[in-house]
Amino acid sequence: MSIRGPRKGENYELSVDLNSEYKEKRKDAIKRVIASMTVGKDADVSGLFPDVLKNMQTDDLEQKKLVYLYLMNYAKTQPELVILAVNTFVKDTDDPNPLVRALAIRTMGCLRAEKIIDYLSDPLQKCLRDDNPYVRKTAALCVAKLYDLKPELVLENGFLEQLHDMISDSNPMVVANTVAALTDIHISVTSQPSTSSADIAQFAITTPVLNKLLIALNECSEWGRVAILNALARYTAVDDKESEHICERVVPQFQHVNGSVVLAAMKVVMIHLRNVTREDLEKQLIRKMAPPLVTLLSSPPEVQWVALRNINLLLQRRPDILSNEIRVFFCKYNDPLYVKIEKLDVMVRLASPKNMDALLSELKEYASEVDVDFVRKSIKAIGQTAVKIDEAAGRCVDVLLELINTRVSYVVQEAVVVMKDIFRKYPETYEGVIPTLCANLEDLDEPEAKASLIWIIGEYASKIDNAAELLNSFVDAFTEESYPVQLQTLTAVVKLFLKKPDSSQAIVQRILNTATKDCDSPDVRDRAYIYWRLLSMDPAAAKSVVLSHRPPISIPATTVAPAMLEELISEIGSLASVYHKPPETFIGKGRIGADSLQRKADGIEDQFSTQKALQTVAAGQQAENLLDFGDDPSDGGVSGLAATQVFSQPAAANLLAGTSSNPLDDLVSIFGNSASIAPATPAPASALFGGMGVPMTPATPAPLNAGLFGGGGFATPTQSSQPGSSANKPAQEDDLLGLF
Amino acid sequence: MISAFFIFNQKGEVLISRLYRPDFKRSIADVFRIQVVSNSDVRSPIITLGSTSFFHVRINNLYVVAVTKMNANAALVFEFCYRFINICKAYFGKIDEESIKNNFTLVYELIDEICDFGFPQNSEIDALKSYITTESVVAHTPAEESSKITVQATGANSWRRADVKYKKNEAFVDVIETVNLSMSAKGNILRADVDGHILMRAYLTGTPECKFGLNDKLVIDGGGPSGPGGGGGGGGGGDAVELDDCHFHQCVRLNEFDATRTISFVPPDGEFELMKYRSTSNVKLPIKVMPTVTEIGTMQVQYDIVVKTNFNSKLAATNVVLRIPTPLNTATVETKVGSGKAKYVPGENVIVWKIPRMQGGQECSFSASATLASVTNRQAWARPPIDVDFQVLMFTASGLIVRFLKVYEKSGYRSIKWVRYLTKASGSYQIRL
Repeated sequence: MSIRGPRKGENYELSVDLNSEYKEKRKDAIKRVIASMTVGKDADVSGLFPDVLKNMQTDDLEQKKLVYLYLMNYAKTQPELVILAVNTFVKDTDDPNPLVRALAIRTMGCLRAEKIIDYLSDPLQKCLRDDNPYVRKTAALCVAKLYDLKPELVLENGFLEQLHDMISDSNPMVVANTVAALTDIHISVTSQPSTSSADIAQFAITTPVLNKLLIALNECSEWGRVAILNALARYTAVDDKESEHICERVVPQFQHVNGSVVLAAMKVVMIHLRNVTREDLEKQLIRKMAPPLVTLLSSPPEVQWVALRNINLLLQRRPDILSNEIRVFFCKYNDPLYVKIEKLDVMVRLASPKNMDALLSELKEYASEVDVDFVRKSIKAIGQTAVKIDEAAGRCVDVLLELINTRVSYVVQEAVVVMKDIFRKYPETYEGVIPTLCANLEDLDEPEAKASLIWIIGEYASKIDNAAELLNSFVDAFTEESYPVQLQTLTAVVKLFLKKPDSSQAIVQRILNTATKDCDSPDVRDRAYIYWRLLSMDPAAAKSVVLSHRPPISIPATTVAPAMLEELISEIGSLASVYHKPPETFIGKGRIGADSLQRKADGIEDQFSTQKALQTVAAGQQAENLLDFGDDPSDGGVSGLAATQVFSQPAAANLLAGTSSNPLDDLVSIFGNSASIAPATPAPASALFGGMGVPMTPATPAPLNAGLFGGGGFATPTQSSQPGSSANKPAQEDDLLGLF
Repeated sequence: MISAFFIFNQKGEVLISRLYRPDFKRSIADVFRIQVVSNSDVRSPIITLGSTSFFHVRINNLYVVAVTKMNANAALVFEFCYRFINICKAYFGKIDEESIKNNFTLVYELIDEICDFGFPQNSEIDALKSYITTESVVAHTPAEESSKITVQATGANSWRRADVKYKKNEAFVDVIETVNLSMSAKGNILRADVDGHILMRAYLTGTPECKFGLNDKLVIDGGGPSGPGGGGGGGGGGDAVELDDCHFHQCVRLNEFDATRTISFVPPDGEFELMKYRSTSNVKLPIKVMPTVTEIGTMQVQYDIVVKTNFNSKLAATNVVLRIPTPLNTATVETKVGSGKAKYVPGENVIVWKIPRMQGGQECSFSASATLASVTNRQAWARPPIDVDFQVLMFTASGLIVRFLKVYEKSGYRSIKWVRYLTKASGSYQIRL
């Protein structure tokens, strides 16, 4: 019997058939009802409720299941009629056939109609004590369903205590479902503001519970193991001996064929490993993790992808896990794109002087593939390898030059961006490639590539003979360029002027004029004004600011803040670990979500991680996340302002006084920190005065941060032009600390 | 915690919809249709919109979709989707729009059984088949029998019925190895490893206790409890293989394997996958491909390819298929082959060279020249890899051998065991140009 779309008047026909005296005809009619329920957009079979209900009492298990399926769908819309079904349900829970008993209790929990709930307690009580484990395991989950509907009923009837007793059940599957139910209740309790009655419903994993779980773990079904492992992950061990014991008992699960069991076991081991002090055991455990992780890569692509995202996290915590396994991450030509991109990330994480040759020839290979995103990502990976491994830099530059010579537009542009990063890591080392880069100037049409090349020209202006000429073309088209390109052009021209003052007086005049008068971006205008004043007041200071030495960039060892990383490690296998974001950011729980999010704001503000997370999360998500982030802007604004008050005054005082350049160095070194993201030398003015507090936070723990700002203030109290402000300082510091 | 489960066809029509938890209404299916089915640029198997996450797996012409509002276990959800796919294959022989439509009541029964309130339940195919059947006639199973079934389905050996009887007790073991190879143009091996599957078909009476032995290096060298990678012990055991990792069917006692590396189990009745393993050391590549591809000017590409089998001459490789890529602007191709047949397939931009049978040690050659059409915007040819598919019976690339399979049953019957080996490649044996 296949699915058939319903026609007008068919409801009547169905109703007749449902009341037919022939069994087969009735059953066939029920099937047709279910079919239209699934497919039909405009068919409303809810009107047949009484007719379908008549067919509920039957010996035919299949027919019963179909009627129940119908009931689950329409119980909510027909609450008065559901009551008619109660009798049959209650009777069924006494049926000699355990399949019927389980089916009845399972379905009753799913009906979600107020009227029927009150009749659920007695049968449920009975089923929880049923002789048959199949019925007991179904009843255990039914308690969770009931809690979701009417928590009072669960508490009043003592179902919770009963569930706690069932952890000791002789049947492993019952134990597993009991754990699942208790965990489900625990989650719904903890996600709500605490009330005294709800506290009882929390599922604390105690030592006796632990032992029962460890026993059940080896005997229950794969899905049950995941539930039990998740519960084990929540247990806090009393001492290191116990942690060791847990790890040893869980490790055999690494050999399970189901990938979710493997990942859940990894999670438990990673969590309890924190307490393991015996070094040999720790080493042994870590070594045992590698092979199963690699094996996950031969799963179906979706599971592979989840595994890769988790491997990426695990590597941030334990970089040595897979150090010899880089080859298994090489992309296959027919891997789906999302798998390839993740593999690239992992490959860069595993890059070392030992494997860089193989890695580089692989990356070069990828750079000639067809998918633009993948090619770009590969080129980026070459750059990251160069920045990460000093020995590899030379070879990377060679490969990049080869790629630039292909003259494929997007390859060249990406390579130019990457070259800029290499220059920032190894200043004055690879100047030989500059002519090749400049030769491609006309082919660049993407803002980032343009901005990068302009930065390079400005940086090496003294060594490029025709720098003025090259920059001139950008100055001519200044107002048509995008803002990042404008900012870079501005800085580059100023650098050029400071390096070759004689030949470039005119061009610097021109650009400062255009930037301050014709430009509509406040950032660009502000920066132009700063340069203008700097240059006109004190060229020496200008030189020390603009041309100062900057610390080389480095690849961050982690993409998320350390505290966040620990939290994500505790979420291995879950959506949070896939997105590398804490669950609150995407499961939206209104106020609660926003509150707890603010506490962890340090992690979220980390541009790098947000950027990465956004790649994986569809754009639509942002809309709702905006709600979650709701309170952040104001918070960020306050901290930004506070930082400005403490921090900017001494700097400004120095600028005005135009004396020693030491504080300026301080200033620049702070830029250096944030510069791992912003390509510009002096960060945009907005970053200086507005958001300084924000990009800083992820890099360093909060207390240190406050100290940094405070310290900046203390170092120059005498130079402060307004004594009042230094008096304010302690108070402001308190604010700052409070904010973090 | 799966809140809802759907099956869509290619057009985005809902074939099956089941809500497990009250988080959603049926209309959530429309969101998936708009965001994924009708969106050509989906680049991730998980889509999160607001707080709703859609997990999808594409199989044939279907989307199998699980939806959740929580921080669900992503690995578990995908494993569940694939389990569902396998169950459908076992019940209907295949999974596609037609089979789902024709069996939709059975599908509903199944998804009701394998997942409750979003928590996956027993999904062992053998156990399911004992109480969910395709013929509704069996609906009148007596209560005592259901009782037995359910106790068994939740018990410690949930995968096996207690009352299995056979006249002839037989067990078939198939060792199937898939070779993954990436070889660079210069002939360097970038990656060579073996994914092995050991499939077993057990037709054994009662509750047999099985012990299974392989030429696993750690067992033979007596590495034992010290754990994998322990001493390594360089020289010894010339025939032993080093398994990087093994995974077992849930019937295998993992604790025992962890402690002593013995594989002991009570098998399910019928066919199942006993173990999966992976091996990367000393992989014997059964087929060698030596390609020379030269681009002559911008108008022609010349191919000279030699294929050689690299195993005992008593064995043979069958269904050898090479897919040799051609540039996108190929106009005509002329081929010359020593054996087999070669054909240019313009739709896929490949020349397919099929050799039905190659004896061990045999060599075949191929030459072709592709004439290219002139195009205005010429981009360098990406040179995708040559892909080789083949099958070699009674050969294992890893060198793995089944040393013994012992069956103990309290009635003490004798059983007959059969072992077969097969090494194959499909889509992952690649030689770059």
